[in-house]
Amino acid sequence: MLGLGVATLWLSIIVLLPLAAVVVRSTDGGFSTFWDAVSSRQAVSALRFTLLVSLLTAAVNAAFGTLIAWVLVRDRFRGKRIVNALIDLPFALPTIVAGLTLLTLYGPRSPFGIDVAYTQFAVLLALLFVTLPFVIRAVQPVLIELDREMEQAALSLGANNRTVFRRIVLPNLVPAILSGAALAFARAVGEFGSIVLISGNIPFRTQVSSVYIFKQIESDAPISAAATSTVLLLVSLLVLVGIRGLGRWGARHDR
Amino acid sequence: MTVSRPWRIALRVIGLGYLAALLLVPVAVIFYRTFEHGIGAVWDSITTPAAISAFTLTLEVTAIAVPLNTIFGIVMAMQLARGRFRGKTLLNALIDLPFAISPVVIGLALVLVYGLNGWFGRSLADAGIQVIFSTPGIVLATIFVSLPFVVREVTPVLKEVGDEQEQAAATLGANAWQSFWRITLPSIRWGVAYGVVLSVARSIGEFGAVSVVSGKISGETETLTLLVEKRFSNFDLAGAYAASALLAVIALVTLLAMTMIKPRREEEEH
Repeated sequence: MLGLGVATLWLSIIVLLPLAAVVVRSTDGGFSTFWDAVSSRQAVSALRFTLLVSLLTAAVNAAFGTLIAWVLVRDRFRGKRIVNALIDLPFALPTIVAGLTLLTLYGPRSPFGIDVAYTQFAVLLALLFVTLPFVIRAVQPVLIELDREMEQAALSLGANNRTVFRRIVLPNLVPAILSGAALAFARAVGEFGSIVLISGNIPFRTQVSSVYIFKQIESDAPISAAATSTVLLLVSLLVLVGIRGLGRWGARHDR
Repeated sequence: MTVSRPWRIALRVIGLGYLAALLLVPVAVIFYRTFEHGIGAVWDSITTPAAISAFTLTLEVTAIAVPLNTIFGIVMAMQLARGRFRGKTLLNALIDLPFAISPVVIGLALVLVYGLNGWFGRSLADAGIQVIFSTPGIVLATIFVSLPFVVREVTPVLKEVGDEQEQAAATLGANAWQSFWRITLPSIRWGVAYGVVLSVARSIGEFGAVSVVSGKISGETETLTLLVEKRFSNFDLAGAYAASALLAVIALVTLLAMTMIKPRREEEEH
């Protein structure tokens, strides 16, 4: 029990106390100040763009992630183990390096002449990079465990490939795809390092909430920054709750 | 599902093409841009006093944050895997918070507690302790962002291993400490190692939270990732690339370690 007490205390001091400070101090100037900060045109526009681009990121990586997971599990080719190891690169590479890297390749000095720097597409690109592993790593183990006899049975009963994929493979993968996509979404909503260089931080166009908060802190408006942060915290909490629900649903699905 | 050969190859090309455009080519380009002016220039720019101080600070912060998170991670994982207490589900959910929260919000949270106008700012300042714009702030931010890794890697292994061996040891007269060192720790060591590798990578690479609390004083509170950003903003592209390449090498070493540890960790789980 001593261990539990110490560990919980540590978690409280390191994580919970600072987060409580964000929520409590966001209303330092009263609720109207909080509301003004949250509903300012720039904050709303940044939040809307953040949520939309994160949703798009989650959707694109859900599709490509599932495809790549399938290639890594069911296909055979040389160098597959290396490719499999490289999937985790976005987790290992510092986000600022990821941002600089993408800016080098798809920015003004692009060797291929593709310059998308400081556009909304650039933000999407950065988010796709940093969230790439989530869906792949969620789907891969499920695909490995998937009972292939079910598929063979369906085929022998005259189902075509499309039907087998739609009726057997996909339904088994859906919980994993969704929870991977939810993790990607959560990560995308809060992402900062990879976006800060490539977005150009143009208000009403490429400014995301995390960069907006950073600018507020820099211009010495911590209370207003805390207000927007509280909204982001709420989004994170909702996603976490959603992932827990998905986990339970997936576990039920297994049985 | 038996996919015909042309379809299989088409899927392979699409999948690997996506990976190449998003991952491989960009990372190759960073190394190309770094070394296009020769290795001498690169060496010079990663051995300037500012760069060496940034590198040292990053290592120091990592050396403090990772062991603390490892101890916390093992203790917490044992409670989550073995303990029975009220609020376990809630505690389990709270541990994931650092993964879901924006690094900028984490930085701001620390400023609001430990900054000059923060909850403890005044009393800390009176005691002569500076947290924000100083190393302790960077350490706190790093601990925060890398907190869940060890817990998340070790908990499933502990559940899988079970506690029969520990109970046997206890009946044979081993105390809790002996049973932990001789039985529990050896059976979870690869899970711990995997969590430590992930924590180290995140600690070295953290940017957002650190950038809010550090104050970015060159030679004092500037970490390696902050150095990359500063050089880029100061139009020192070659310098930014050199520091990035150094971080990319660290990332590749991390990846190698992950690849080597992963199968062993999975063995522990079965």
